[in-house]
Amino acid sequence: MRILLVDDEQDLVSALAERLSFRGIEAHWATSAQQALEMAGETDYEMAVLDVKMPRMSGIELRERLSEMHPDMRFVFVTGHGSEEDYRAGMHHGDCYLIKPVRLEDLLEAINKPSQCPTQKGM
Amino acid sequence: MSIFKNLYPRFLDRDFDGGPFESLFNYRRVWFLAVSMVAMTALGPLLIMALIDHNITREAVDSEARLRTSRVVSNARRSLSFYLAERLSALQLIVDQREYEDLIDEDALARLLEGLKDSFGGFVDLGLIDQAGVQVSYAGPYALRGRTYVGQEWFRRAVSGGVAVSKVFMGYRNAPHLVTAVRHDKPGRGFFVLRATLDTASFNELARLDLASAGDSFVINQDGVLQTPSLSHGGVMEKMDMAVPPFSEHTEVFEARDADGSPMVVGYAYIANSPFVLMVTKSKRELLKSWTKSREELLWFLVASVFMIVMVILSVSTYLVNRIYNADMNRVAALRQTEHISRMATIGRLAAGVAHEVNNPLAVIGEKAGLLKDLFTYGQGGSPERVLGLVDDVLRSVERCGTITKRLLGFARHLDLKVETVDLCQVAGEVLDFLHKEAEYRSIDVKVDVCGNVPQFRTDRGKLQQILLNIVNNAMAAMSDGGHLEVSAKLADEEHVAVTVTDDGSGIPEKHLKRIFEPFFTTKSGSGGTGLGLSITYGLVQKLGGDMRVVSKEGEGTSFTIVLPLQYEPLGGGNACEYC
Repeated sequence: MRILLVDDEQDLVSALAERLSFRGIEAHWATSAQQALEMAGETDYEMAVLDVKMPRMSGIELRERLSEMHPDMRFVFVTGHGSEEDYRAGMHHGDCYLIKPVRLEDLLEAINKPSQCPTQKGM
Repeated sequence: MSIFKNLYPRFLDRDFDGGPFESLFNYRRVWFLAVSMVAMTALGPLLIMALIDHNITREAVDSEARLRTSRVVSNARRSLSFYLAERLSALQLIVDQREYEDLIDEDALARLLEGLKDSFGGFVDLGLIDQAGVQVSYAGPYALRGRTYVGQEWFRRAVSGGVAVSKVFMGYRNAPHLVTAVRHDKPGRGFFVLRATLDTASFNELARLDLASAGDSFVINQDGVLQTPSLSHGGVMEKMDMAVPPFSEHTEVFEARDADGSPMVVGYAYIANSPFVLMVTKSKRELLKSWTKSREELLWFLVASVFMIVMVILSVSTYLVNRIYNADMNRVAALRQTEHISRMATIGRLAAGVAHEVNNPLAVIGEKAGLLKDLFTYGQGGSPERVLGLVDDVLRSVERCGTITKRLLGFARHLDLKVETVDLCQVAGEVLDFLHKEAEYRSIDVKVDVCGNVPQFRTDRGKLQQILLNIVNNAMAAMSDGGHLEVSAKLADEEHVAVTVTDDGSGIPEKHLKRIFEPFFTTKSGSGGTGLGLSITYGLVQKLGGDMRVVSKEGEGTSFTIVLPLQYEPLGGGNACEYC
């Protein structure tokens, strides 16, 4: 399974990618929407984990662009800003929506059982 | 009772110079102005009218008193003149009708005396005096035949003038009496004088007028000797206690003071062809008594009215000013409260932003720690360099979290007014730190041109932070993504610093520009705007003794400039600011 991680915090995505690789998931990461689009153009990803808030292009917008390229791609949103609007925007697409800091178990659950989003503690 | 509570001027002991923009008015001055102006307009005309009325009636009463005195004197003079003229005419008739020889006969003279007594009255005796001044015949109660009158003044006047009326004098009989005499020329040789003594009783009777108001009437001669008894100016033949009034043909009235010094009205008239002056004196106090009484009643009425009016003015003014004062105090308290609430709301909003910001480094810490664990769980553990690098990443993220929380604490700490030396560069940096993440997400270009432009100055740091944060927040809200924000500072003059925040956002329509600092003015009432942000910011700027201006063009952007004094003095600080 190949997934794409996009977040402007390099420390975060790089560590996350390494941890996922320990668990048998091939995770590639990008720190900007532009970079993510380039990578998606070269490689087919089954799934993308996107930060909602990013400079220049938001995660929501990036999802639209990626969907155009790969209509079958599934998405999980991650954000530090637990606002209701973002939450609704995420759910509208039938995607999972996780609040930072995310427990790796929750993320794995969201990746492995995309039909059923995990209930995070404290939500 | 609340109405009495409202009558106490609570604002009197308040100091209104305590701080700028605390209350709308100086209530002591407002109250004083209200009371004095209403009192002036209410009492002024009343007092002036009372004074005019007093003077007019006083004058009328005065002239009435003089007129009455004058009339009395005039009438009495006519009576006295007539009385004397009548007696002289009777004597004249006798000397015209009788020969000298007839009058020598004392029996005939006695009969004439009887006749005079019967028909005229007032005669005491009758005597015939020859050319040498010797009384040659006499009829009456005294034995006066042979007496010589040549030295007497009345005799000389009778000889020279034809008729004479004497002063009242004692004479041979040693009792006060007065004499009338007529001279008659004998055909061919010499003359004689017919003399009659008049009864002083009927003369006195004529002089004593029946006068009301403690009046006195009497006759004096031209030397000031009393000829008839008086009530309070001396007895018969005594010198009068006043100066003899100057001669006048007419009845005269003047005002004088009696022996006690109380004022009196004096009327007098010289009686023609006699040495007599008729005098009438009246106490002025008595004359004005009824007027004084009605005056007194009016005066009491006036005093009571003035007291009532002053009381009503004081109560109404105090009541109304108290109400305004209360309303104003409530307004001030409410504004203070909203100010506080607004600051707390700002902090709340910041806290949400801070939570978001803290989440990022926390997530990094979580992932790094998780990776560290994974390295040991799934692999053989990392190299020491790898582990140290991960731990360093964790420590760096912890530091990031610390910076963010410290910034929020620094903002929440400055709640009370506290003047300190402030570096504008530092304050602007703190404020923009809060917003820099949002600016980054929205691709807003923030340009700061503050550091090094202005010296450190004295002001309230917390308030300055909030002012800048409010303005920058507004600017951020007005801009769409990719906008430009510029914060700059320079010296406005030697004593003021000007901070300008310029955005290229939506701008403010011209018709709203004048009202944006008004409380509760908002154009986004549907989306949670209270209309308090700018008015509170404006209030804060004024509290720091400064001023705030705005330049805006719809569609092109807005520029807010705040001008603050370099030296802020909390007490009376507003006076030093030329922009206020």
